Amino acid sequence: MNLQPANTEKLTTWKRVILPDVPNLYKIDFYLANDGYKALKKALDMKPDEVIDEVKKSNLRGRGGACFPTGLKWSFMPKNSDKPKYLCVNGDESEPGTFKDRQIFEFNPHLLIEGTLIACYAMGMTAAYIYIRGEYGKWIKILQKAIDDAYANGLIGEKILRTNFSTNITIHRGAGAYICGEESALMNSIEGERGYPRVRPPFPAQFGLWGCPTTINNVETISNIPIIINNGWKWYSQIGSVKHPGPLLVGVSGHVNNPGIFEMPTGEPLLEIIHRWAGGVPGNKGIKAVIPGGSSTMILRGDQLEGIRMDVDSLKAAGSSVGTAGIIVMDSDTDLIKVIRRITEFYYRESCGQCTPCREGTGWMFKILKRFESYQAKMEDIDLLMDVANNIEGNTICALGDAAAWPVQSMIRRFRDEFEKRAQVSHFQTMVV
Amino acid sequence: MLSESNLNKVEELRKRYPTTQALLLPVLWMIQEQEGCISEESMKYTGALLNIPYGHILGVVTFYSMLQKKAVGKHHIEVCTNVSCMLRGSGKILEHIEKRLGIKIGEISQDQKWTLSETECLGSCGTAPMLVIGDEYYENLTLEKVDKLIDSLQ
Ligand SMILES: Cc1cc2nc3c(=O)[nH]c(=O)nc-3n(C[C@H](O)[C@H](O)[C@H](O)COP(=O)(O)O)c2cc1C
Ligand code: SF4
Ligand code: FES
Repeated sequence: MNLQPANTEKLTTWKRVILPDVPNLYKIDFYLANDGYKALKKALDMKPDEVIDEVKKSNLRGRGGACFPTGLKWSFMPKNSDKPKYLCVNGDESEPGTFKDRQIFEFNPHLLIEGTLIACYAMGMTAAYIYIRGEYGKWIKILQKAIDDAYANGLIGEKILRTNFSTNITIHRGAGAYICGEESALMNSIEGERGYPRVRPPFPAQFGLWGCPTTINNVETISNIPIIINNGWKWYSQIGSVKHPGPLLVGVSGHVNNPGIFEMPTGEPLLEIIHRWAGGVPGNKGIKAVIPGGSSTMILRGDQLEGIRMDVDSLKAAGSSVGTAGIIVMDSDTDLIKVIRRITEFYYRESCGQCTPCREGTGWMFKILKRFESYQAKMEDIDLLMDVANNIEGNTICALGDAAAWPVQSMIRRFRDEFEKRAQVSHFQTMVV
Repeated sequence: MLSESNLNKVEELRKRYPTTQALLLPVLWMIQEQEGCISEESMKYTGALLNIPYGHILGVVTFYSMLQKKAVGKHHIEVCTNVSCMLRGSGKILEHIEKRLGIKIGEISQDQKWTLSETECLGSCGTAPMLVIGDEYYENLTLEKVDKLIDSLQ
């Protein structure tokens, strides 16, 4: 995977910390030699509440898609519980356009392990499960080796670093289901059930894995924890955007010369990321559209990108969201109807089928979009499509329904002309036949 | 039916989970890795091993797309056709493979050697287009690379 920007000199002087430029860091000796597990030692000298406080003050927000404040989430966990508590680390990474957590498994697995241990200590957990999508067999092996080495070094297991803190870390391998990245489906999947999302409330902090208090965090989120503990919340909270600080793994794919995963402070200008980091569009073509944060986020017009930055507030103001920071770039020749048909097909296939609006609605949207793609749609189909999307949004058990509706809604709102062109052509075609 | 070493692994895993049902996915993975697919017989065996009703196991096996109910061709080629790969030419790659192997998406070749499917995003969008065979990722594909790959597996 490409981690190097196309145009090094002109970019920020950010020195990578999540995916540092250190060879062989995935090996425990190299990790230890580079101050590895120092943050764990530091955290174990603090009180658990002090660790949570540090994370709260750092303003770290979840990197799994919803940008939820991590410290706040951690503080929802009951302090005194007669039940065991659990941590689930979400490495399901199946959102189209997203390929960042895989780089952490490959290049810096011990950072993830160290963060997992600190999180367990802070919230009083005796077991953590790292759920990884089944297709990542190769990366599961890398992480498993790192976990085994950490056990052998007394860093995981009983009486970690000779303190009274003990915890286990177990990898749980998924088996091909996008929905298992949704936190409640993930817990069901670990329990040996079908990966069906659960109705909330109750929320995981009260009733999670096996009915016990549980926190679910993304792989990249957890990997930020040792960085915060090592450098302090003050340092961390000053990186990038104030309300959404820290280093961010930004993925750029689609029509760019230098696709890859680039670590940068939050708040970098979107156009700068596309042109400088990702080397611009092949053939110097214009940008027709950009999906800024994985396929669930609202699509942006190429002519509205000026001034947009990669952070919560800026993308929200622009009518989209950061999501998983997986930017997909589409050049001026892209057939956007084909793009939205393919995205909708994905949600249709991956819907677990529990809720009628999602199960039926994604199928209807897919059918209508196939009509547009094959020039068989009528003008009224545009409003019909919007209507179906509106009826899914907000009416389902989990956010997959919304994730399916948003791309369609935003595509119609921002590229209505594309739909009209297809519908006109099809109208004309039926007339001549 | 699980090998000795896998049975040992199961015993180790029992210590990691408060219920035996949680061992279901790990055990199904072991079976699939050993036998290539998960037969009815294996599901019954798993039920006995973990004390889970057969119906529950069937429900789980049919839910997850990577769990194979029947044997697939020797080389199962799965081409990602999701957005980022599509934008970078997965359609041409797929077409080329279909021509070379003489099979379409979802088919097994007559000599049982090849199975071809399309797949959803596999977390390689930055190295698109891509395909997987088993656990192995083949990224930044070109038609020449695909030809070489197929030749090497012939
Ligand atoms: C359909 C669906 C799929 C999801 N897939 C993932 C995923 O693959 N990885 C992930 O970390 N979060 C995923 N999420 C978000 C999780 O539910 C959860 O919010 C997240 O793991 C919390 O971690 P964070 O607070 O650290 O961001 C998904 C959500 C939905 C609705
Ligand atoms: S919204 Fe869709 S994926 Fe989520 S629970 Fe309902 S049917 Fe399943
Ligand atoms: S779209 Fe093909 S790997 Fe992500």
